[in-house]
Amino acid sequence: MKQTLAQKLVARAAGRGTVTPGEIVTCKVDLAMMHDSGGPRRVKPMLERLGAKVWDPSKVVVITDHYLPAYDEESRRIIHIARHWAAEAGVQNLYDGQGICHVVLPERGHLKPGMFAVGGDSHSPTGGAFAAYMFGVGATEMLGVLVTGEIWLKVPHTIAMDFSGEIARGVSAKDIMLFLIGRFGMDGGQYQAVEYRGSAIRQLPMQERMTLCNMTAELGGQTGLIASDTVTEKYLKVKIESWESDPDAPVLAHHRFDASALAPQVAAPHSPANTKPVHEFADVRPNLAYIGACTGAKLEDLRMAASVLRNRKSKIRLLVAPASLRDQQAAEAEGTLKILQDAGAELLANSCGICAGYGEHLLPENLVAISSTARNFKGRMGAASSQVYLASPYTVAATAVSGRICDPREMLQ
Amino acid sequence: MRTWVLGDNVDTDVITPGRYMKFGIEEIARHCLESILPDFSKQVKPGDIVVAGRNFGAGSSREQAPQALKQLGVEALIAESFAGLFYRNSLNLGLPALVCPQARRIRDGDTLSIDFSRSTITNARTGESLPFEPIPPHLLEMVRDGGLLPHLEKRLKCRTTS
Repeated sequence: MKQTLAQKLVARAAGRGTVTPGEIVTCKVDLAMMHDSGGPRRVKPMLERLGAKVWDPSKVVVITDHYLPAYDEESRRIIHIARHWAAEAGVQNLYDGQGICHVVLPERGHLKPGMFAVGGDSHSPTGGAFAAYMFGVGATEMLGVLVTGEIWLKVPHTIAMDFSGEIARGVSAKDIMLFLIGRFGMDGGQYQAVEYRGSAIRQLPMQERMTLCNMTAELGGQTGLIASDTVTEKYLKVKIESWESDPDAPVLAHHRFDASALAPQVAAPHSPANTKPVHEFADVRPNLAYIGACTGAKLEDLRMAASVLRNRKSKIRLLVAPASLRDQQAAEAEGTLKILQDAGAELLANSCGICAGYGEHLLPENLVAISSTARNFKGRMGAASSQVYLASPYTVAATAVSGRICDPREMLQ
Repeated sequence: MRTWVLGDNVDTDVITPGRYMKFGIEEIARHCLESILPDFSKQVKPGDIVVAGRNFGAGSSREQAPQALKQLGVEALIAESFAGLFYRNSLNLGLPALVCPQARRIRDGDTLSIDFSRSTITNARTGESLPFEPIPPHLLEMVRDGGLLPHLEKRLKCRTTS
């Protein structure tokens, strides 16, 4: 029986040769990732109530990223619980203040093709970029994993998103996802596995692939997957097994697109599905540009912004929150960070920050922002009256320079 | 006991905004749905039912979203469809999330009764009976136990006593 990548990953975790979409299986979890907000502070009291211990502390990773930098009594307490719980539970994989969980996890070598993983955050499908089955769970479900090491799953169908050709300069993974979410809606993924394929995908570097899988959350898939290849191996710097769909394995839908025809995309408030090509927003004049989040401020994202901002100044307030400390250090070493700062960027901490509505920089009433983040839901990033336009780091940077939403392809250097 | 009818794609930031996540569930619940229904948390009564269109609960993994609704006494959620993660979270918290393809026939303020054994919702205003997809059998016991935590508690107790 021909199997998709999703079926193969689930079958391995379920201890089966093959699995059929729609059947309910129990999977053994290879890795459970938690952050400070949905993690220790919520699972600790439940573990205590059960008198239970973590099934295998070596398979648990705790990453602080939501309440950093701690700015009040509550956030200090939440961070304190994360640090202490990790020590108490024997979890050695604690990354404290190192950046956003979805970026830090693969950066520190925790993901490998073939794995089955859960994360206590909705953007956990990011891990699927490494041909690992990874999806988000809530705190109580995480408790179940921590106690039993297992989780139930309805074997997903696969929706194939096939991009031939090559994306143009100035167009990125974020544009692909905004386009798909606009086209299929926020429930287009039907809580199935979305597999990104085709020559345009194969040419993307790992962090761009992570952006695709990350925003599978906004597309409504359970996970986003990309077959492993030499790009995966080069990023991980270890020999990897090959994990891919069998040729002609049946899929629920196979959508084909010409990547070279794709223009930069922008999603208007208050939904990532309100997407149109960038030129339709030429009259919008934001007063803030934000480059941040796991989906929009990795090293590759910072480089995109820099390719527009070099020797230019931002006309509006420009905030940059690099997604991880290592990415920030790499950006600094290669000169990318200096280009952003010379353009007027103010640097924020390597954490979720404004994207998730945390911290001290929330958007005030009526502010109009253009942002490289994943969601522009009403009130998510601050006041309910604030307006957030989502776009790629290229488009955010071009907009910062011109003061109105504009096509970055005209400004590339 | 009444229903509160919401639209499509009501997301977790609308249900429970991120800026309140640092607080306990009592405080979070006070802000439940405030950006679209400012007085919801004050007016909702124990036993009320929340009805939505497509993709209810899109967005975050934060289970405080269904937990806040439960905290306010909401007895069940009915929607044309749910976001997968929100659906799992609701059932894990023991809050029934019922997929009803004809949820749009329900109007704000209607009085409903839910028959779990027949998987139907009866609307007192119209007298009509709307079918819902039964809760998957492998999750039914967990929902009956009040959610995953009490369910695990029961399982672990059985293990120690047997």
